Parts: sequence; C-alpha cells; structure tokens
Amino acid sequence: MTGVRDHRGLTLLTACALGLTGWAALAPVTSASRDEIFEIPAGTWARRMQGEAIEILPDEIRLTLGVRDILVLRNLDDVPQMFGPTLMMPGQSFRLPFAVASSYQFACTAHASGQMTVIVEPHPANPWARLRWRLRDLLETRPQLRDEVST
Amino acid sequence: MRKPPVILTSLLLFAAAAGAADDASFRAGVFDPPRVAPDFSLQGSDGTELQLTRYRGKVVVLGFGFSSCPDVCPTTLSTLARSREKLGAEAGDVQVVYITVDPERDDAKRLREYLGAFDETFVGGTGTPEQLADVRSAYGIEAKRIPDTPYAFAHSSYTYLIDREGSLRALMPYGKGPDDYVHDLEILLTGAGAVDPDPSP
Repeated sequence: MTGVRDHRGLTLLTACALGLTGWAALAPVTSASRDEIFEIPAGTWARRMQGEAIEILPDEIRLTLGVRDILVLRNLDDVPQMFGPTLMMPGQSFRLPFAVASSYQFACTAHASGQMTVIVEPHPANPWARLRWRLRDLLETRPQLRDEVST
Repeated sequence: MRKPPVILTSLLLFAAAAGAADDASFRAGVFDPPRVAPDFSLQGSDGTELQLTRYRGKVVVLGFGFSSCPDVCPTTLSTLARSREKLGAEAGDVQVVYITVDPERDDAKRLREYLGAFDETFVGGTGTPEQLADVRSAYGIEAKRIPDTPYAFAHSSYTYLIDREGSLRALMPYGKGPDDYVHDLEILLTGAGAVDPDPSP
C-alpha cells in the first residue's frame, strides 16, 4: 500500500516537473518593463571620498532583445559623475535602446579593464532558447540558488 | 452618410498616436533632462575660431577622434558623410564638428584635409592640450595614448547629438549606421520632443 502511494507521489512530481518545463519552453518570454536600470544612489560621491569602494555597473551587462533591451542609467547623487560611457548631471538619466543582437564595448574608467561590455542577445524565439533564458534568469535573480547549483 | 463609430475612430487615433510615438523614439541614447551643451573656443579647421554657439539653429553632431585613427574615426566619419547624403536638402541644417584628441599632430590644416576627404562641410577643432582636455572633461570624453604601440589613442567612440537650441540631447554609440543617424537627426530637425534644457554646465 505504501509502495503504491510512493509511486503515485513520484508520478505526480514528475508530471509537475514536466508541466513546468513545458510551460518554460513554450510560453512566450515577456517582461513588464524592458528597462535594465542601474542607479548611482544619493551620497555615493561622499562615500567614495571617504575611501569606500562602490561598484555600481558590472563589467558585463546582458540584455535580451524584446524582453529587456533598454539600458537605463540614473544619477541620483548630487554631483556630476561619469557613469558607464558618459558624464551624467545630478538627477539626469540616460536611456539607451538596443535593436541588434551583438556585443557592444564602451570605454568606462570605473572598471579596471577600462571597458564595459553590453552583450545583447536575440529574442528567445524557440523552446530551447526560452528554457535556457528562464533558467539563467532564475539563477541571476536568486544568487543563493545559483550558489547551491554550483556546489 | 453614416458617421464612423466613436470606438473605431478612437482606436484609429490611438494607433496613429502610438505609431507617431514610436517614430519619435531615438535610436541613440537619450538624456533626460538634457543639459546645455558646454561651449568651447578652439581653433577651427576652417581657419576661424570654433565655438559651438556659432551653430545655434542647426543640429550638431559632435565627435572626438584623431586623423591618424586607423578604424573608429574613418568608420564614424564615413557614416556621417553618408547620413548627410541621405538627408538631402535637410543636410544643410546639420553640422558635423570633430574635435581632435591628438593636438601634437592634428593642426587646423591637417584636420581640414582629413575631414574634407569625407565631407567638405565637416569642421574640425584643435587647440592646446589643456584646452582640449577641458573640452573632453566637459563632455565626459576619455582619450589616452596606448603604450607600446607606434602611435595610437584609445578614445570614446560615440558622438553627441545637439539640437537647434544647443541642448545635449542624445549619445549615438559607435557602430550605428547612416539610417540610425538619419532617423534621429530628422527627429531633431523637426524639433520633435523638444524640452527645456537643464542649465547645469
């Protein structure tokens, strides 16, 4: 009797996993906003002046066409700052849309390499691409899960 | 004659507005709010004093580079020349200004010859290293000699788009084509989306 119950549980779990995988592969990838936003918080300059190392932009930014393909930079601090490729005034934002999948290099003194790379990937149009995109998105938005997977 | 249903008319108007909004979206990166483009006084390749304010009323494409540049500058300048060709008569209201990052080699004469090979209307700017460093600083432009090379600079490769009122409106990344420039320049030429600039320097 217990064996039958275990078997049913396993079947149910497998069905759920298959259903979830099917949804992840077949449902179109959409996003409420296509903006990938990076902000310089208020007080950043003062904290840097006190010797604090503050990294805001990563060396590499990944975007996906049709999902998240607009890079938005905002300077919320009260002094002008170099942010990514450009000089931004206090309270100013910079909005850069991407329309072609490619790798874009920008000179950026904030990085040790002197460069910031924006990798724009094509829209995940087929099931395998959608599955891969969702898995990576899950790992990126939940770093603790990524750490568990890697260990 | 029957009047079109109100809902249908509203939908058509909404669709037209949505299309217009899409057309008015820049392909370049846009600053919000825009700031007044910092003015400068340099030696122009046309033999006169080069000031940005001279071109108020025109749309200005402002770039930085050097005449010995092997790849980025020739590509950008060719793209800009092609863009002006595509604009036709409207090109008369577009001024390309290219400021050197290499004052050691790029004097006014050399800039005139170099830029003229792409388009006779392009104007170059040169000056003392200090003057040029000040201009680069005002625009957030990076430029430095690459060590261990015969003669090369690493420099910011994008261009700025400045509207007729002198506002720094957009940044066009390197690699965009003539159609992208034409698209955005037409927005600026028609004055679409014009806003009062932030007077910050």
